[in-house]
Amino acid sequence: MSDARQIAIDVRDAVKRYGDFTALKRISLSIYDNEFFTLLGPSGCGKTTLLRMIAGFEDVTEGAIYLYGKEIEDLPPNRRPVNTVFQNYALFPHMSVLENVMFPLEMMGKKGDAKRRAREVLELVQLTQFANRKPSQLSGGQQQRVALARALAPQPKVLLLDEPLSALDQKLRKAMQIELKHIQRETGITFIFVTHDQEEALTMSDRIAVMSAGELQQLGKPTEIYEHPRNMFVADFIGETNLLEVSVDSFEAGRAVCHLGGGHEMHVDAVDGVGIGSKVHLSVRPERLYLTDVRADPDALPATVLENIFVGTNIMTIVDLKDGPNFTIRAANSDRGNARVFDAGSAVYVNGDKGAARLLVD
Amino acid sequence: MTAKTDVRNYPGFIAITILCLVILYAPLLVVTAYSFNASASITIWEGLSVRWYIDVFTGPESAKFKSAAMNSFSIALMAATTATIIATCAATAMVRGGKFRGRTLSFGLISLPLMVPEIVTAVATLIFFNAIGFTRGYTTILAAHIAFCIPFAYLPISARMQGIEGTYEQAAQDLYATRAQAFRYILLPLMMPGIISGFLLAFIISLDDFIITNFVKGAGIETLPTAIFGSVKQGIKPNIMAISTMLLGVSVVMVTISYFVSKKDNTQ
Amino acid sequence: MAGGASPGGSATTDTYAGARNWLLMPAWLVLGILSLAPVAMMLVYSFLTKEFRGGVIWEFSLAAYDQFFFDRGLFGDEPPRIEWTYISIFWRSIWQAGLATLMSLLIGFPTAYFIATRPEKVRPIWVFLITIPYWVNLLIRTVSMKFLLRDNGPLNDFLMSTGLIGEPIHIINTNFAVQLGLFYSYLPFMVLPIYASVERYNFTLSEAAADLYASKWVTLRRILLPTVKPGVIAGCILVFVPSLGSFLAPDLLGGAKNFMIGSLIEEQFKGSAGNWPFGAAIAMVLLTMVLILLLLFARQQARADREAGQ
Repeated sequence: MSDARQIAIDVRDAVKRYGDFTALKRISLSIYDNEFFTLLGPSGCGKTTLLRMIAGFEDVTEGAIYLYGKEIEDLPPNRRPVNTVFQNYALFPHMSVLENVMFPLEMMGKKGDAKRRAREVLELVQLTQFANRKPSQLSGGQQQRVALARALAPQPKVLLLDEPLSALDQKLRKAMQIELKHIQRETGITFIFVTHDQEEALTMSDRIAVMSAGELQQLGKPTEIYEHPRNMFVADFIGETNLLEVSVDSFEAGRAVCHLGGGHEMHVDAVDGVGIGSKVHLSVRPERLYLTDVRADPDALPATVLENIFVGTNIMTIVDLKDGPNFTIRAANSDRGNARVFDAGSAVYVNGDKGAARLLVD
Repeated sequence: MTAKTDVRNYPGFIAITILCLVILYAPLLVVTAYSFNASASITIWEGLSVRWYIDVFTGPESAKFKSAAMNSFSIALMAATTATIIATCAATAMVRGGKFRGRTLSFGLISLPLMVPEIVTAVATLIFFNAIGFTRGYTTILAAHIAFCIPFAYLPISARMQGIEGTYEQAAQDLYATRAQAFRYILLPLMMPGIISGFLLAFIISLDDFIITNFVKGAGIETLPTAIFGSVKQGIKPNIMAISTMLLGVSVVMVTISYFVSKKDNTQ
Repeated sequence: MAGGASPGGSATTDTYAGARNWLLMPAWLVLGILSLAPVAMMLVYSFLTKEFRGGVIWEFSLAAYDQFFFDRGLFGDEPPRIEWTYISIFWRSIWQAGLATLMSLLIGFPTAYFIATRPEKVRPIWVFLITIPYWVNLLIRTVSMKFLLRDNGPLNDFLMSTGLIGEPIHIINTNFAVQLGLFYSYLPFMVLPIYASVERYNFTLSEAAADLYASKWVTLRRILLPTVKPGVIAGCILVFVPSLGSFLAPDLLGGAKNFMIGSLIEEQFKGSAGNWPFGAAIAMVLLTMVLILLLLFARQQARADREAGQ
């Protein structure tokens, strides 16, 4: 991301305390203009708190939040050019869809233009024919669109989305993910999206901030976060992984020789902060491993197949390294490629791509 | 499910329930029935007639009943309206005002009229008006009624407000409404069933009160219950049964409206 | 009621925290002046000297409480003995209210249980049927009861026509009539809290008991009753407290012989026979009793809540 881009939201050393409990421990991050930015983490990690601080529903205990360079702490929510799509949508039940969408425009004093603009936004979310319905007469997905339309109607500088898809079923959810992404591109509004679903975050975001226990764990593009998790939490939280405890015996040609136990060794790219004798964790993505029945690669590890688990698109194979750890290997359920399925009990070799394994500092 | 497999059902409970309803309704139904008795004696049934209803409006005591009814209804209307406004404000502070010191105390004060026995409230109010040298009459009745109507209006209103999610006002504020606008356009319309229900209950409670009114009314002014009580002291007369039936009807109708209004869920 | 975590329910948001004091002000003012101040004033009056035409003379006196508890003979010069007249009226009131509560419990519990085990859709209708009579004027209900119970009233007529009795039973102006009146006045108060707790009762517990060889009645006694006890206690308090200070039922159904506290208090404020400080003192004694009861009740409910929370 080039630094020349304008910063939409700048969070500087923000701390949030509730009495003795610290929900946010000094977070700093910048969100660029026109970006689809995701706050990702398990429940209670502080992501919603941060979102509500940006919206103006929580005050900032320490630090500051800037919106296009302007400090917004003293602005009440109704004076911030930032809108929220609430998790439960919070559609006003006594108003029609159109009235809901017109509401912010009326509150801003744009009465004359309200209806035209409201219809325009309803068209964007393809709900024009439901304008006169009450929210209760709509399906969950339609309510979701109304909430989106209502928040977009006043053309906010930043749109905040608090787990907006969590109430939808799997299929609808996938469709909405793509549509949200489209709408974001079309309108050019900065989206800040909160979710606990890592797959959703990876699918939609330009950049992701992974949070845990009130702290920022890693910030980066989806591929960076997936391929180069900075620590154990991120590696474990994003995608599936084989997390192994290893000790580093020596270095060979810039690669660390990791001892897995039972005499098994793996050569992994060295990382700063890891020296000889360190006990560290190793993350190996299961889709980056494959099995063979002959030792093609001298680094391949001998193992025995424990079981195969069929999960539709994939087949997961669990293997046991003699006197060492277990590995999970994922292969596409496809006739193409060289992936083979071995019966339980077969003797096999575990092979990995070059960058399959990563050392984690903490 | 048969009786044998159902662990919930106890034989005989249905009979007791029916007995319970009979006990609750029999006296009311009997008085209603006898209010249509043509006879001047309350003991003998002489056939159906609306004679005593006509008597209430045109008979020798009609002037007394008319003024008592005027007092009762005007006091009930004013007391219920005032109490409802006060209760709506209080409920907003209690339910939408966050946690604060004195919240439990405030709730205690609001429900004080429910906890203190009515006769004690009656005595205390009488003594209070006496101590500050206030002449008893219409105003003292109204003031006392406003006070004891507040908790009856408060309970349905606050119950309703607790059922309305806080995100509605937050969404409104997020969408550029001030707090006052969020209250006016979002919270108030959503609370309306609770407010109507609270008003109706306060109205009935005021209309029905005898004990407190009897203490604070002073001489020369009557409400319907005090007038009825005065008459009954000399024995139950048929016109009293007619007027009681009408009052009973008003209560039942208003409670029924209140029930259906509060059932109406406008948050869906 | 049973199970409420905090009085008045929890605060859902703090949107209007800024306007809180202004919003509460009218309630504080009105109730402070018209509910709290009068009770305080009543306490003051109970320590004043009586004025013979009603009202008080502003002179400190313990005469009211002395009259309540001690008998000093006709001329007030004998050594004080315990005065039983008023204590026995209190005792009778407690007895009457207690019996009315027991009757309400015997009828109210099965009713509440029955309603709580109906299909969820029809439960509100049953509850509504139980509550309607409460909203009907208490005076009218008591008058109706008086009308029904008279020696030659509809109840006796009916019983005689069925041949169950040969001559009218005399009910009116007896202790029993008062109990019946109180029971009738406050029965809905017994049903509602019990209903609320039975509705929350997890019937799997009953099934488990049945599975473990308990009969229905053992299940009721050993499993259900202990679980819904807070609701039962709430119901008993809600019937007992207003019964204790009631005025209409003893006055209209009990006649002159069956005096209760309410009538005793009322007498003290009627014309020249009255004694305001004495009336205020009796009301104070009654209020103290009721508040102690409510306090014990609140502590019991809080304990039950804690236990339920564990």
